[in-house]
Amino acid sequence: MGNYLLRRLLIAVPSLIGISVILFTVLALAPGDPFEELATNPNVPPEVRLALRASLGLDDPVWQRYFHWVSNMIQGDWGFSFVSRIDVDTLIWQRLPVTIAIIGASQVLALLVALPVGVLAAVKPYSWFDRIASTVSFIGFSLPTFFTGVLFILIFSIELGWLPFVFRADIPETGWAWWWEHIKQSIMPVAVLGLFQAASWMRYVRSSVLDVIRLDYVTTARSKGLAESVVINKHVVRNAMIPVVTLIALQLPQLFGGAIVTEQIFRIPGIGSLLIDSILRNDTPVIMAVTFVLSALVILFNLIADVVYGWLDPRISYT
Amino acid sequence: MNEQQLRGLIEEVKSGKLPRRGFIQQMVGLGLTAPMASMMLMHAGVAQAQSAMPPYKPTKRGGGGTLKLLWWQGPVHLNPHWATGTKEQEGSRLFYEPLAAWDAEGNLVPVLATAIPSKDNGGLSADGTTVTWKLKQGVTWHDGQPFSADDVVFNWEFIKDPATSSSLVSIYRDIKVEKVDAQTVRVTYPKPTPFWAEAFVGTSGMIIPKHLFAPYIGAKSREAPMNLKPVGTGPYKIIDFKPGDMVRGEANTSYHIANRPHFDAIEMKGGGDAISAARAVLQTGEYDYAWNLQVEDEILKRLEAGGKGKVSIVAGGNIEFIQLNPTDPWNEVDGERASVKSKHPSFQDKAVRDAMGLLVDRKSVQDFIYGRTGVATANFLNNPARFRSGNTKFEFNVDKANQILEAAGWKKGADGIRAKGNVKLKFVYQTSVNQPRQKNQAIVKDACAKAGIELELKSVTAAVFFGGDFANPDTYQKFWSDMQMYTTTMTQPDPQTFMEQYTSWELAQKDNKWAKRNISRWRNDEYDKTHQAAQSELDPVKRAAMFIKMNDLVINDGYIIPVVFRPRASAAGTKLVAPLSGWDNDLWALAHWYKEA
Repeated sequence: MGNYLLRRLLIAVPSLIGISVILFTVLALAPGDPFEELATNPNVPPEVRLALRASLGLDDPVWQRYFHWVSNMIQGDWGFSFVSRIDVDTLIWQRLPVTIAIIGASQVLALLVALPVGVLAAVKPYSWFDRIASTVSFIGFSLPTFFTGVLFILIFSIELGWLPFVFRADIPETGWAWWWEHIKQSIMPVAVLGLFQAASWMRYVRSSVLDVIRLDYVTTARSKGLAESVVINKHVVRNAMIPVVTLIALQLPQLFGGAIVTEQIFRIPGIGSLLIDSILRNDTPVIMAVTFVLSALVILFNLIADVVYGWLDPRISYT
Repeated sequence: MNEQQLRGLIEEVKSGKLPRRGFIQQMVGLGLTAPMASMMLMHAGVAQAQSAMPPYKPTKRGGGGTLKLLWWQGPVHLNPHWATGTKEQEGSRLFYEPLAAWDAEGNLVPVLATAIPSKDNGGLSADGTTVTWKLKQGVTWHDGQPFSADDVVFNWEFIKDPATSSSLVSIYRDIKVEKVDAQTVRVTYPKPTPFWAEAFVGTSGMIIPKHLFAPYIGAKSREAPMNLKPVGTGPYKIIDFKPGDMVRGEANTSYHIANRPHFDAIEMKGGGDAISAARAVLQTGEYDYAWNLQVEDEILKRLEAGGKGKVSIVAGGNIEFIQLNPTDPWNEVDGERASVKSKHPSFQDKAVRDAMGLLVDRKSVQDFIYGRTGVATANFLNNPARFRSGNTKFEFNVDKANQILEAAGWKKGADGIRAKGNVKLKFVYQTSVNQPRQKNQAIVKDACAKAGIELELKSVTAAVFFGGDFANPDTYQKFWSDMQMYTTTMTQPDPQTFMEQYTSWELAQKDNKWAKRNISRWRNDEYDKTHQAAQSELDPVKRAAMFIKMNDLVINDGYIIPVVFRPRASAAGTKLVAPLSGWDNDLWALAHWYKEA
């Protein structure tokens, strides 16, 4: 096991280097300039802008900038944002709690909906419950979040006036009022993201359970006279979960990455909106840090998924 | 309008025949700014009007609850001297104040100064080289320290240091600022300066505290904690700031104006898009004020019908215009496309330019695209009285364009496109990707087709078009197409810098990496001479006449076709009383904002 982990971690190093090289090159080749606002401002003489570019090393060759970035990153210096002149890690830490809370809540909601509905639908395939659940889930993942988000706002904020649609991360209220405000403003974004996710997860759970439920050992368990709930929970679901776990594990880096579109619609100050803002402003250090950390997390969670397999299915062993 | 006529008008204002406001409106019609017109009157000894601010009704400080502002692009730092866009200026304006600010009519309103410097009060020297500001007594910073002349002098030192890389450096680097006594500051200009109200005034004049920023001058300025936690003299004190997301503040209980501010706390929320920002104010009332609503007027009107808020439109200096390329963008001369040494094959014929001017249907652009947020503007130099009168007839005339082209020898070929020799009237017309602009392109293309001119429409993503990447062929600075359209923004009330965009020393070309400002590459010796003369002309009337002449030269030559003025639209709750100004930040008078009971 230890050997396996070590091997996997060592393999991750070249992938991370590859990813960072590609990201860096793409960003260096992309059009745009972080100082474009300075360029169009007649108060700023071109010399000042060119000096600022030079002081930030933007005029050095790409490879030089890359090595500079790598050596700083290894020392834990993520650089600072060109537009706000604030350290990148400060910016990310500010945004992380909201992102984790909102995306986390929506993933939990998705699981809470997808698991029971998927299992129930698979236990009685082609029953009326299965048909309704499948139809709803098809509708669910065919509708993009930018559409459902705006629809929710129109219904619940504008027509009914029940929920606010501008998300405020710091709320002056304290105690119960603070919780109430937070819950009220989180309902719509969490529902939009969670239900979208649940729709596709439910399909996976259903088909995975269907695969398992027809196997001989399930028939054996039933013929032993075990209660149906024991058969489903202990024998079927545990084995059916293996592919689902991979899927969920690969979704978890989203906790860090945020949800760009939904964050934009509800003005949630998460990592997703930080990323899109910095892309629009050509703020390379921020884009680089967010995308790089995100890809590192994808690699890490891939590994975690593989390790969890071994626990779920003792037949898989890592030696 | 020449110098004599201007003097006549000023005399009329002096004798009371012409209202002050009427004079300023006429000057705005001539392409001058309201602040400039106001300075002309001041120089002539006409007293400034009382600022047209609505009466302030609250009788005590506080009690107004929380004022909630929605900025669909939130500020990313709160240092006013780095602000490149208005969002950082506005965010800083919650906490910092200048010595004086511009109101909607272009009057200077003292804020941290006791009075506006004038010849009468000895604030302005006769030779136009020094300005003396008297500072208000008893003003304190949020941390209790007194505000004094040292702070003002320090701001000059801070900005002019090139290592600070302030966006205001060109305003402050050539002047000299000295302390006369604790409450008096003298600004000395290297040469007679006609428009002095720039340093320490309005968007470029917010004052930061010396006692906190002194260790962070120059390259170290990035490390100053006050970039995130400002300590100013303004009506609100910072509680918390998250870049790009939220600024929160509370009332400054020792603010230097009695009974102000009205609100106990303030919130400026960032992010999202303009339409939903308008919704949050006009439709749901979740927010009190939303800034810069670049939204089609149709939608604004529909949202306004809800009755929860109103849209206010303030005039500023932004203009959407079309440039015809005076140079040849398709062939290289000395290895450079659109070289200033070349001439455009067909636009060099004045008849073609005149026809193009007739084919831009400004009225339709206003009516069908911009509504209240884009006021059609043509001939504004020849006909000031009719400007914005509402019944101005714009010259849009396909038949006349056809006649002019026919007379100049441009004949229709078999394909319906006019040509002379082997030069065809086929143009590439580029702009940035933006819905109103694409509609605008379509309107012009349609009209041109009727006159036998074929337009190929090209739209470039804004990030590339305005990106300034000199390796990219599609930037507006390179202008490698026959026509292009964008909005030019006047960031300062004085037109000198603005009008530099047609001088020959600002030509954007290869050897300056297209970094200079004359993007249209139009050039004219007389224009150059007039601009040089205006730079040191002390008499504001003569100077104004010079700018009018410059406008005239540009417009009459036909390479520049103005389309619409773009006033700024914002939304406010029905009960909010918020004096705005097109010549300063939206929050220039934040201390005086209140909610009607």
